[in-house]
Amino acid sequence: MAVVSRSRTERLVNLVICLLSTRRFLTAAQIAATVPGYEHNADDAREHEAFQRKFERDKAELRALGVPLETGTASVFDTEPGYRIARRDYALPAIPLGPDEAAAVGVAARLWRHAGLAAAATSGLAKLRAGGVDVDPHATLGVEPVLAVDAAFEPLTGAARARREVTFPYRVPEDDAPTTRHLQPWGVVCWRGRWYVVGHDTVRDAPRCFRLSRIVGPVRQIGEERAFEPPADLDLISYVARWSGPVERNRTTRVLVRPGRAAGVRRWAANCTPTPEGDVLELRYADADGFAAWLVGYGADVTVLEPAEVREATIARLREIAGVTAPAELAEVA
Amino acid sequence: MSSAKTSADRLARLLNLVPYLLARPGIELVEAAADLGVSERQLREDLELLWVCGLPGYGPGDLIDMSFDGDRVTITYDAGIDRPLRLTPDEATALVVALRMLAETPGVADRDAIHRALTKIEQAAGEIDAPVAVRLPGNDDRLADLRSALERGNALRLSYYSAARDVSSERIVDPMRLLSVSGRSYLEAWCRSAGAVRMFRVDRIDALTELDEPAAPPAEAQSGDVAEGVFQPDPDSPTVTLRVGRGGRWITEYYPCESVVEVTPEEWLVSLRVNDMDWARRLVLGLGPQVAVVAPAELAEAVRDSAVQALAAYA
Repeated sequence: MAVVSRSRTERLVNLVICLLSTRRFLTAAQIAATVPGYEHNADDAREHEAFQRKFERDKAELRALGVPLETGTASVFDTEPGYRIARRDYALPAIPLGPDEAAAVGVAARLWRHAGLAAAATSGLAKLRAGGVDVDPHATLGVEPVLAVDAAFEPLTGAARARREVTFPYRVPEDDAPTTRHLQPWGVVCWRGRWYVVGHDTVRDAPRCFRLSRIVGPVRQIGEERAFEPPADLDLISYVARWSGPVERNRTTRVLVRPGRAAGVRRWAANCTPTPEGDVLELRYADADGFAAWLVGYGADVTVLEPAEVREATIARLREIAGVTAPAELAEVA
Repeated sequence: MSSAKTSADRLARLLNLVPYLLARPGIELVEAAADLGVSERQLREDLELLWVCGLPGYGPGDLIDMSFDGDRVTITYDAGIDRPLRLTPDEATALVVALRMLAETPGVADRDAIHRALTKIEQAAGEIDAPVAVRLPGNDDRLADLRSALERGNALRLSYYSAARDVSSERIVDPMRLLSVSGRSYLEAWCRSAGAVRMFRVDRIDALTELDEPAAPPAEAQSGDVAEGVFQPDPDSPTVTLRVGRGGRWITEYYPCESVVEVTPEEWLVSLRVNDMDWARRLVLGLGPQVAVVAPAELAEAVRDSAVQALAAYA
C-alpha cells in the first residue's frame, strides 16, 4: 500500500510540475506520454480505460486540493481538450508579514483548535510558512478567545460565498415545531458570542437573521451558484444589532434593601442611603416588567418603594408565584 | 484516516515543502520537521520522493535538487514549484474569521498588528471574501488592567460578586490566564480562599488591586478545558425539575439542561443541575409565573415562602 501511495504522490507532483511548466495546453495523451506513472498501451482498450480512470481521479484530487487546473485547446485544429496550470492562479502571492503580524496569524490559527475549521486553519498556516513567513508557535496576545461555531457555520459560509440559496429547519423556543426557512445568505455574524446568519428570506421577501443554534437540521443548498447579489453597502452587524441594541435605562426607581443582603442589586445602585428600615437604593431601569422580574428574584430582601409601575409589576408577579390572587388572601398571610 | 486523505495530505505537504525550504536555505532538518509538524524520518522520506520529481525530460538537470551539509538542507533546484499554492476558500475563511475574532476580543494585546495582519491576509486571499463579521463587546480597560497584571506576574486582590451566593467578597488570587468565551471574558486564577482554580467573570470583578507579590499558583492548579463551555454542571449536584410554560422556554437555550421533556405545548419539564439551592430559589423567583418547581419539594416551598414574605412588605 505504501508503495502504491508513494508512486501516486510522485506522479501527482510530477503532473503539477509538468502543467506549471507548460504554456500550451497538454492533452491527456500528451500527458500520458510525458509524466511517469501514466505509461500504457493506448491501443489496448482496457489499458486505455484504466489510464483514463486514473487520470480522472488525479485531476479530481488536484482540484480538491485547490490546484487551478485550466482546460482549453492548444489551437483551433485541436479537438481534444488540454490542461495546464497558470502560475499566477497557482502561486500564493507574497505576504510581507512582520514578526508581530505573523505572531497574530499564528495565535489566530490556533483559535480553531476547538472547532470546525481547525484543519483549514492548519493547512492555511502551513502555506504561509511555505511562503516564507516565520510563525512563532509560542506567541500569545494576553487574552485567549475560544472560538466555537455551530454545525451550520460551514455550510452557511460556503453558501454565502457561492451565493446559493439554502433551506434549513429552524425552531425558536416559542414554536412547537421547526419550520423550513428559505434564505439567500449574505453572511454570518458573531454578535456578543452568538452566531447568526443574515440574508434575504425568499418566502417572507424581506431581510431576516437567524440564530445558528436554532437551526435543528441540515442546511441544504438549492438552485444555482451566483443566484443573488447581497446589497451593495451591506453591513452584516447592523441587521443583528438592530434587534439587540443597547437599552437606555432612563427611568429611576427607589428600592429598600435589607442590610447586608441582595449584593447583586447593590452593585447596580447609583447611590445608597442607610435608614432604620434598611438601605434605600436608587436604580436606573428601562422596562418596568423586566426590571420587576429581576427584583423579584431577590425575594423579601428587596421592596420596591417607587414608582408605581415597578411596584405594581413586582406585586403582581409575587402574587402569581405565591399562588395568591385575591387581596383578601394577601391580607390573611400578612 | 483513509488512505485517500493521507495521500492528499502528503501531496499538500510536498507542494509546500519545496518553497518552505527554498525560503530557508541551510535549515536543520530537525528544525524544519518540528516547524512542519512531521517526524524527521517522515521529512527525509518526503525529500527522497521529491528528489525523483521534476520537469519533463527527468534528466539530472530537470529534477528537484538539494544539497546536504551534515543535517542541513538547501534546495538548489526547485523545478518551478517555488511558491506554495494559494489559500483555498476554507483556509482563507478560517484565517480571516479567526483574525477578526482576535481583533474584536476585548483586552487583546497588539490590536494594531492584528489589524495589519488581517489586511494582508485578506489581500492574499484575493477574490475569496469571508462573509463573516464579528462584534464582541467588553470592558477593554478592566481587561487591559488584568492583562498587564498577568504579564507582570503579580497576585491580585479582587472584589468579586458571586452570583451563585449573591455576595460580594474580597479575595486574593494568583492569575493564570484570561479567556474570552461566547462573548464573555473570564479570568482563570487560583483562588487562595477557595484553595482551588476558579473562573472569574470579568464583568463581576467590581474592583482589583495588583499586589506587590508574585502570583504563585500551586502545581496542582491546572487550567480547565473550556471546549464545551466555561461552566459544566457538576454531575454530583442535585437536580431541579421545573414546569415551564411557553413564555419561559427560553431558559432551555440559556442554561445547560439535563433534560427537556415536551409534555404538552403549554408544559415542558426541564431538569437542571444546580450547585446551590439558594441560587435556584432566586432563579425561579426571577423567572416568574411561567416557571414552577416540580421537584424538589423543599425548593418549591422556599420559592413560595419567599414570595409570601416579600408580599408582606407591601401589605
